[in-house]
Amino acid sequence: MLKKVFIKGNEAIARAAVDAGCRYYFGYPITPQSDIPEYLSKVLPKLGGEFIQAESEIASINMLMGASAAGARSMTSSSGPGISLKQEGLSYMAGSELPGVVVNVARCGPGLGGIAPSQAEYFQATKGGGHGDYRLIVLAPESGQEMYDLTFKAFDLADKYRNPAMILADGMLGQMKEPVLLQPPRKMDLPDKDWVLSGAKGRPQNIIKSLYLGDKELERHTWQLWEKYQRMKKEDVMFEAREIKDARLIIAAFGSCARIAKSTLRQARAEGLKVGLIRPITLFPFPEEIFRQASIDTKMFLTIEMNTGQMVEDVRLSVSPGTVVYFYGRPPGAGSLPSPDEILREIKKVYEPSSE
Amino acid sequence: MYYDVIIAGFGGQGVLLIGDLLSLTAMEEGYHVSFLPSYGVEMRGGTANCTVVISSEEIGSPVVSSPHAVIVMNLPSLKKFEPMIKPGGLLILNTSLIPEKEVKRSDVERIPIPLNALAEKLGNTRLANMIALGALLEKTKVVSFRSVEASIKEALAQKYHHLIPANLEAIKKGAEFLRNSK
Repeated sequence: MLKKVFIKGNEAIARAAVDAGCRYYFGYPITPQSDIPEYLSKVLPKLGGEFIQAESEIASINMLMGASAAGARSMTSSSGPGISLKQEGLSYMAGSELPGVVVNVARCGPGLGGIAPSQAEYFQATKGGGHGDYRLIVLAPESGQEMYDLTFKAFDLADKYRNPAMILADGMLGQMKEPVLLQPPRKMDLPDKDWVLSGAKGRPQNIIKSLYLGDKELERHTWQLWEKYQRMKKEDVMFEAREIKDARLIIAAFGSCARIAKSTLRQARAEGLKVGLIRPITLFPFPEEIFRQASIDTKMFLTIEMNTGQMVEDVRLSVSPGTVVYFYGRPPGAGSLPSPDEILREIKKVYEPSSE
Repeated sequence: MYYDVIIAGFGGQGVLLIGDLLSLTAMEEGYHVSFLPSYGVEMRGGTANCTVVISSEEIGSPVVSSPHAVIVMNLPSLKKFEPMIKPGGLLILNTSLIPEKEVKRSDVERIPIPLNALAEKLGNTRLANMIALGALLEKTKVVSFRSVEASIKEALAQKYHHLIPANLEAIKKGAEFLRNSK
């Protein structure tokens, strides 16, 4: 029988990495994610892997790049300012089409900001962060179980597309303990890694690079990356939709906010308010289609985020014409986690009973 | 079944430990559970606290704005969490460190216990947290003492396993105090 364990979200991520075959971790400690390197520092060496506490975040993302080029499943993790430092490396990895998993247990900014739960890195995660025309695969868990399941999935997706994948969590999800079933999801059928740098004896040389100086060469490469992102949109969008069929208002939220809003949803329904919820699980590729479909009938949306308005832009771009998208935000910081009651009050401000 | 409780005190009083123990025990009894601790800067000086949600259904928010019960181990925690308790809810307070006159709410059920004094009688003031847990269990029956007995080994680090009998004794003491004060 599979074991259900009571662990922190951070530990769930670390365990998933091990179960997904990750044997190399490079990182630098920062609250609130340090449980990840703590766990892996104990476990990876015993499995014949390697744990390196690097001299900096920049060093660790570049070590990830090297391990990935050699064909190994590997991971780094950090938070806030540390993730900012990794952006150059992420851009190089995307340009060089190297897989790898980066975990952001987000804390608040800008600058040093604070260590409380935050969703202020939505833009950074989904719209680049580093230079150039690239995207990360971005997965947003809402529970300990998803910290495990989505980390596992992130390794598969990164290999499938030869693209870095990010887990975008926060301090609430990282520090909270919940029961987690350690059941590895079914591994995807993945192509052989025939592109790795493993010594070219007896085969043509492989080259991994992001420098394209030839006439129209970079343009062609960039369109190839674009095609990959279009394929992600077709094949690997993930979301959760609850009670949206008859909804008069639909909440749009991801991660911690969505989790909190689930209690609001229950309260609202108990009071007879027709409220639904759409929770993007992949922030990139963004679940545009469900928002378009749902907004054909439901004309009122309320986006809830722990920031001053980031994902709301993608919701507005996705909904059908004539849909009103309201926004309620709590910029991150100590004491700024919204409560279910608070979200219900926001709903009531805009919700008017149907005239039917 | 749905029950939520916030447990608060200053760092070192073991509020996270009894939250963890309660959560783990509830999981072993088959419930959904979430344990949300305060972390980081709040560990030193101010209040440490945790929110435990136990439910027979999937848990939505692990954040609770009006808990069914609050256990406060020191005065700053009373000030911070007393206003949040659901009307008719439960307030367990440590009268060794909190003068009862500080309690403002009359619409909640108040359980005053001299936790430190009782723990001293057991020979170790650090058992105050377990006495509080005992009182909560006696009052709410949210999980059984027998289940706590079964799960305490997993909640405590190996190096504290020799203290398990003393901890269980303290939990019993808390329950007994409550029964006798009726």
